[in-house]
Amino acid sequence: MDVLPGVDARAPLLEVNDLHVEFRTGYGVAKAVNGANFWLSPGETLAILGESGCGKSVTAQAIMGILDTPPGYVTQGQIRYRGVDLLKLPEDQRRKVRANKIAMIFQDALSALNPVYTVGFQLGELFRKHRGMSRADARKRAIDLLDQVKIPAAKVRVNDYPHQFSGGMRQRVMIAMALALDPEVLIADEPTTALDVTVQAQIMGLLADLQRQRNMGLILITHDMGVVADVADRISVMYAGKVVEEAPVYDIYARPAHPYTRALLESIPRLDMKGQQLSVIRGLPPALTDIPKGCAFNPRCAYARDACRQDPPPPAYQVSVQPHRTARCHFFREVLGE
Amino acid sequence: MFRYIVRRLLQMVLTFFGATFLLYALVFANQKDPIQALVGERPVTESQRIALTQRYHLDEGFFMQYWYYMKGLLTGDFGTSLTGRKIVDMMADAWPVTLRLALIAIVIAATFSVTVGVYSALKRGGLFDNVSLVITLVLLAMPIVVIAPLFQLIFGIQLGWFPPTATRDATVWQLLLPAIVLACIVIAPEMRVTRTSVVENLRADYVRTARAKGLTRMRVIWVHVLRNSLIPVVTLIGVDLGGLMAGAIVTEHVFNIPGVGFNLARAIRTEDGPLVVGFVSILVILFLFINLLVDLLYAALDPRIRYE
Repeated sequence: MDVLPGVDARAPLLEVNDLHVEFRTGYGVAKAVNGANFWLSPGETLAILGESGCGKSVTAQAIMGILDTPPGYVTQGQIRYRGVDLLKLPEDQRRKVRANKIAMIFQDALSALNPVYTVGFQLGELFRKHRGMSRADARKRAIDLLDQVKIPAAKVRVNDYPHQFSGGMRQRVMIAMALALDPEVLIADEPTTALDVTVQAQIMGLLADLQRQRNMGLILITHDMGVVADVADRISVMYAGKVVEEAPVYDIYARPAHPYTRALLESIPRLDMKGQQLSVIRGLPPALTDIPKGCAFNPRCAYARDACRQDPPPPAYQVSVQPHRTARCHFFREVLGE
Repeated sequence: MFRYIVRRLLQMVLTFFGATFLLYALVFANQKDPIQALVGERPVTESQRIALTQRYHLDEGFFMQYWYYMKGLLTGDFGTSLTGRKIVDMMADAWPVTLRLALIAIVIAATFSVTVGVYSALKRGGLFDNVSLVITLVLLAMPIVVIAPLFQLIFGIQLGWFPPTATRDATVWQLLLPAIVLACIVIAPEMRVTRTSVVENLRADYVRTARAKGLTRMRVIWVHVLRNSLIPVVTLIGVDLGGLMAGAIVTEHVFNIPGVGFNLARAIRTEDGPLVVGFVSILVILFLFINLLVDLLYAALDPRIRYE
């Protein structure tokens, strides 16, 4: 692929700054992402964690540039790939970033694959359209890819349609498709949610292997804290469209700095808590058309005081410099137990 | 697949006999004196009456008559019309004209409704979409008995853009206006189905995947969206062929086209029983085969559908 103008090899692989996304619907404006910040380095796994509707998938779609517009609009912020702001690129160049530099895998591979084309066609399409290969060469590459994601009898299965694969195999096809053009960043949006537990582990293992081989940056979007603990290097916790806490995975599990993270961790069932009442987070996440003033988490927060209910919302406080940690809570020291 | 086709063919045989039996019963129950109808206004002598009764098995009861008729039909002998012409000859003249008319109508309807349907789906909510919706409603509200003479009057006579009637060997040019009229009855539903189907597919997850693959917008729409969206449309177009045959009765009558509809309309008016049954029997067969073809096409278009 031709080099993007302004690409700086020393700049961070991917950097999201103050990203705002809103959906303009007939019922009002839903503010799905309200200033998301994070960055990603090569070979690193960043987990974006949060409840449904907290803006994690929307953030991913904004990075890919595949938001449904209308109703979705990026209203503010930057998404920098190697120093180039993707949001400022003309559509034709933006399009070439997809799959070539940044690729994505989706949650439900059955609906995410086109039902009327064979897997080989859908994989080969990438080589034909981006690399100008012939049908025969593209087919060979498709078989290679299916081999790489460990689909047995790839030579035969390349002619099958998505519905002829099992759930796990289908997700492997999805992964093969995302990795086809050797992207530097892979965004996995809940890649294992639709699968049963044993298959989940296989898929996560495969993803980790492929990531290591290619030294690829991986953004793993999930609501499953168990998955995160196994594979992530760093975690960004999202709530109501903001990253409320950002920290290396070990630190966040040991000492959460934001009340929301803390509440999430306390709501994981544990073996040593057998027989005790499982703690839950009271209330519901706010409607995106009506986000509370101040800290968006304040109505559900055990630490909330008057300062939390007033604008401006808490900034991203630096919890520690080495390792880098931030938390959007006025009282993070209290939460840390200092 | 093979077993499915065999089963369908067997079902078709049953349907064919059921439909023609009903038809035969209805047409013949309506006749007061078939012999008088046959000879027309002239008086019939007793010896003629006996001869004709024997020749047409009129004394043998309804079931035997149906049996003799079917025997003739299946060996290619459709009998004679009350006008004295061989029905087979009449069909040989009429069918090519009607098939040509229906084909032109289908091409016009499909081209128009798919183009407009896809475009209004892509621009949904816009001016084009709303105007096409209004046109659809107007077309839906007007039955063919209104559209046919109206178009003939406006475009054929007043504006003079098209020939208002067809001659014996109707040319494509002469068939164009009637074909447009005929297309009007199926355009509305085909357009709406196309639009709905494209809108639905545009929102589908696999379209998001296609965009995430960095494909151009044109490729996403033409290859990924359209292929899926057109499955229900193709099915509808196939089934609409039946509607076109019914519409042809009025259209051919209005535009004086010597096709199946024209002959049927005249046969019904003059109570020409054998002619009605003959033409409709062929229509039934045509219908059955088109339905089978549509079902097979459906499986060919959508790999998820497999017939056992």
